[in-house]
Amino acid sequence: MKLVHYWRAMWGIIWRELSRFVTQRERFISALVRPLVWLFVFAAGFRAALGLAITPPYETYILYEVYITPGLIGMIQLFNGMQSSLSMVYDREMGSMRILMVCPLPRWFLLLSKLLAGTGVSILQVYVFLAIAWFYDIQAPWQGYLWIMPALLLSGLMLGALGLLLSSFIKQLENFAGVMNFVIFPMFFMSTALYPLWKIKESSALLYHLAQYNPFSQAVELVRFALYGQFNSHALIYTFAAFVVFMVAAIIGYNPSKGMMMRKGGA
Amino acid sequence: MNSSIALSVEGLSFSYSSKKALTQVSFKIQPGECTVLLGPNGAGKSTLFSLITRLYDTRDGRIELCGFDIKRQTLKALGKLGVVFQQTTLDMDLTVMQNLRYHAALHGMGRKQAMQRIQQELERLDMYDRRFERVRQLNGGHRRRVEIARALLHKPSVLLLDEPTVGLDVPSRLSIVEYVHRLATEEKLAVLWASHLIDEIYPDDHLIVLHKGQVKANGTVDDVLRITGTPTIKDAFYSLTQGEQG
Repeated sequence: MKLVHYWRAMWGIIWRELSRFVTQRERFISALVRPLVWLFVFAAGFRAALGLAITPPYETYILYEVYITPGLIGMIQLFNGMQSSLSMVYDREMGSMRILMVCPLPRWFLLLSKLLAGTGVSILQVYVFLAIAWFYDIQAPWQGYLWIMPALLLSGLMLGALGLLLSSFIKQLENFAGVMNFVIFPMFFMSTALYPLWKIKESSALLYHLAQYNPFSQAVELVRFALYGQFNSHALIYTFAAFVVFMVAAIIGYNPSKGMMMRKGGA
Repeated sequence: MNSSIALSVEGLSFSYSSKKALTQVSFKIQPGECTVLLGPNGAGKSTLFSLITRLYDTRDGRIELCGFDIKRQTLKALGKLGVVFQQTTLDMDLTVMQNLRYHAALHGMGRKQAMQRIQQELERLDMYDRRFERVRQLNGGHRRRVEIARALLHKPSVLLLDEPTVGLDVPSRLSIVEYVHRLATEEKLAVLWASHLIDEIYPDDHLIVLHKGQVKANGTVDDVLRITGTPTIKDAFYSLTQGEQG
């Protein structure tokens, strides 16, 4: 199989995802409204209630809105990852997934390309969100906006792979709502997106440990540090490892001879 | 393996947990041959298609496309295959051209080659003028035409069609049936057409009657009539499936 075939197929998949995104304006707007409501309403309300000590990567006292911004970036990518997997369940029910699966390329490559496409869309959403946040006076050093690009790529891939894994388990679209409740909300609330770890530790040791080992926390921290031009190696390794685990499991899930497709009786 | 065989299915069995879907299914299709896979609903046609397209794993039996084993030489085998699934698999929000470009990319075609092939296939189906319309704006018959054009873009040797005329009006059905038969003859394409509609069968077609996961008849239309001792395909089908038409 020629390399150029892989290249063209990957761009084809990414281009299709972007074309769909452009035509689905409601999806774009709703993806932006959610974090903006959190930023303008929730964070503004909590500003007075929550006092934040100086912790890395911040070198001075910060407003709660500043703290919550990387968490909301994570939220955009988390919802996008789940939305991508939702669309895969939908595609599978509607049949268009079959067109992808019967093309003469390895499944792992097709799934990875699909994941890259979804991550690309989430990065676009994040930059639009950051542009709006800039006008709300949440401004990071300009280099930070470049540094977060690779961090967003990895965190987007990790969360997308989790969505992909979930989509391989879900037989019907109706079952998805339950997964959203059992995955998205616990992952988001049991993380460092809304409150720092030390603050969580003050109230519950169990919650502290759950947040510490939650891969979403690590993805948020990776982005948080990158936004201020700093490198968090622990978060990077943890996020990368979580991506590998989720991706391998998703590939097995979509493998016709090993995965869940057989017992589900649908592709 | 005889290289003149486009599709070979040998001793294929498949079960969904305890429910048997296919039992010892065997048949061969040659280039230029239009084979109609006739069976009532639930006969196992879609399962057979899922196995040929490698959506399900082949555990018992063997499937070869142009001499390539679907299990061991999956990518080479899939490269020989064009598929029109029962459900519409086009992206409704994208244009005809965008849908076809996507398929061409998945098959590794460059821009120039893709545009050339898209033009050729759409012109043959009188759809080239509508290439910039969104699929959602097309009627069922036109969507099916686009799907057939898409399945042929990469010049496959075997074309699978899973009940492609379901839900279409009579003129659209007739034109698609006629077009696919012409393709088999003119392009030397091996066609496997799953259907439960008897009027889609031409006298020269090869016929496989599938019932409860088993091949009940396999031969030319005349062979099947002779074996069953019936005057029409409708009677033959009724006799082979004991009145359980879909």
